Amino acid sequence: MTLQQSRRLQSLLLGTLAWAIAIVIFFPIFWMVLTSFKTEIDAFATPPQFIFTPTLENYLHINERSNYVSFAWNSVVISFSATALCLLIAVPAAYSMAFYETQRTKGTLLWMLSTKMLPPVGVLMPIYLLAKSMGLLDTRIALIIIYTLINLPIVVWMVYTYFKDIPKDILEAARLDGATLWQEMVRVLLPIAKGGLASTVLLSLILCWNEAFWSLNLTSSNAAPLTALIASYSSPEGLFWAKLSAVSTLACAPILIFGWISQKQLVRGLSFGAVK
Amino acid sequence: MNFPAKALLACTCMTLSAVSLGAQTLTIATVNNSDMIRMQKLSKTFEAEHPQIKLNWVVLEENVLRQRLTTDIATQGGQFDVLTIGMYEAALWGAKGWLEPMKDLPASYDLDDVFPSVRDGLSVKGTLYALPFYAESSITYYRTDLFKQAGLTMPEHPTWVQIGEFAEKLTDKSKEQYGLCLRGKAGWGENMALIGTLANGYGARWFDEKWQPQFNGPEWKDALNFYVDNMKKSGPPGASSNGFNENLALFNSGKCAIWVDASVAGSFVTDKTQSKVADHVGFTFAPQQVTDKGTSWLYSWSLAIPASSKAKDAAKVFSAWATSKEYGALVAKTDGIANVPPGTRASTYSEEYMQAAPFAKVTLESLKVADPTKPTLKPVPYIGIQLVTIPEFQAIGTQVGKFFSGALTGQQTVDQALAAAQTTTEREMKRAGYPK
Repeated sequence: MTLQQSRRLQSLLLGTLAWAIAIVIFFPIFWMVLTSFKTEIDAFATPPQFIFTPTLENYLHINERSNYVSFAWNSVVISFSATALCLLIAVPAAYSMAFYETQRTKGTLLWMLSTKMLPPVGVLMPIYLLAKSMGLLDTRIALIIIYTLINLPIVVWMVYTYFKDIPKDILEAARLDGATLWQEMVRVLLPIAKGGLASTVLLSLILCWNEAFWSLNLTSSNAAPLTALIASYSSPEGLFWAKLSAVSTLACAPILIFGWISQKQLVRGLSFGAVK
Repeated sequence: MNFPAKALLACTCMTLSAVSLGAQTLTIATVNNSDMIRMQKLSKTFEAEHPQIKLNWVVLEENVLRQRLTTDIATQGGQFDVLTIGMYEAALWGAKGWLEPMKDLPASYDLDDVFPSVRDGLSVKGTLYALPFYAESSITYYRTDLFKQAGLTMPEHPTWVQIGEFAEKLTDKSKEQYGLCLRGKAGWGENMALIGTLANGYGARWFDEKWQPQFNGPEWKDALNFYVDNMKKSGPPGASSNGFNENLALFNSGKCAIWVDASVAGSFVTDKTQSKVADHVGFTFAPQQVTDKGTSWLYSWSLAIPASSKAKDAAKVFSAWATSKEYGALVAKTDGIANVPPGTRASTYSEEYMQAAPFAKVTLESLKVADPTKPTLKPVPYIGIQLVTIPEFQAIGTQVGKFFSGALTGQQTVDQALAAAQTTTEREMKRAGYPK
């Protein structure tokens, strides 16, 4: 076997492996979408059915029973607002830690990350009582604040690692050219870190979109996002797997489409910073 | 003031009062069960009859709902006006004063029509704290075609030993046909509901009169040995993760010969749109062994009003409507008589209903004999058939359920599971200050 043939074989094997892993990862989503077009009796048939007569009855049922648009709008408002707020706090924090590092920077970063280790249920009661006393139960503001605080450590970490990859000399050059701090940030730093920031935004959006614990506990009807809609179709007494799959498909669709559109930025971002 | 001005003022006042009444919105927390979803659909009739009351629905999965409601009611959050709760919550929350007593119901409500066992299960010291929407017991479902093929006859009141023998004969694992399907998923409302009634049939009890746990007695050993041995012999693979839905799926797809579970499944297994064996299902009473006491459980999904609600009167009007005879008549008219919420009212069980719902007779008789105040052969200090109505039970029941589920998977022996259950329950009860 020549060197070229060996390389081709290696490439083929790697390609096959990548496809196999991709199929395994994607299969649950594929199965969920497929089940959403089945009748309830087909949904739990064994052996599982790949060929069946598709139906839209589950989607029609959801449309009749639930106000999907209201839930989806809440998800959009909460996720985008929390992400924007998160970034607004994280970028200056990461800037100061990346370019004006002190002895305590590493410790501060680790402390921030350690807050993610606390199980959310451990602080359910105090946060619920705080939200109640501030009149924030079942409001989008409550979830925006909570999601911002939950995601802040990971967003600061990501932005910090992207900033760390940028040579300080570039910023110093800008300063020598008379750039103010604001111009330095907006005109120099952020354009360079654009890819990294895009992937951070996408990750934060996904985390907010998928969060269920706080949305189920702090909302009831006015501010309930799509995760609450999915939970409303889960039943311990009765087989509603097809309807559950349909509502899950509807809940995942917007963020999947958004991720698909911005995948170029995501890949660029992931290969830019420390997550590479 | 001239006449047109007076008329204008009167109209304005009437409009304002209508607007202020119209602002009354009820937030109803409920579960995603077929009967509840039907109630949500039919509530448009209620809104049409009561234009001043608007309904807001929050539908959640049972366990999520329970956690959500507990958080809200314990902190007086006031997020909900009507709660869908079970007998366990009604008794505990009613005693704590967290629920509004269901007093001054209209005469047309006919409270005497509600089964006494259900009414008592939702009352504390004679005060009713929730109105029953539907109630269920546990019954035995079996495949009449398989019994006929094997030349077997299911008795009206089978024993667990008979059930085990039938199950063994009807098991053919090569055809994925399993003789016996029982709950195995760990949880106080999951495997412990079934094992609790099984143990009652063997004469076991959770506690003696002095609140001493009784897992070290021979009754629990016999009951758990039966459960583990027969599920290994005749049960489906992975039974330790099967709850109501998983067993329903197995039964409906023709893979179970006998299934003992909630009577609410009667309408699912006979529904041709979701069951492949709808024409071959028989119904009989839940199995017994040394006693018939506590062998059928009693549970009721009910509507209650939290003390923190700001619209108590409107909430009571809605709760009374949704649990009334009139609501039952509305369901019969729109969705068929077999879909009337079962188990709460004597008037539901008309001749027409008994014919339309083949499982109704067994359900009715099971509900009549279910007595949560005398659930076991030997005397007990607690109320509840498949559960013990004390706040500590949720944690204890779920932990014991995990030990028993572990015995089913073979992680530990029956003796080890019982010893662990005894130690854990003793410790938790001591910590909680029992005997009180």
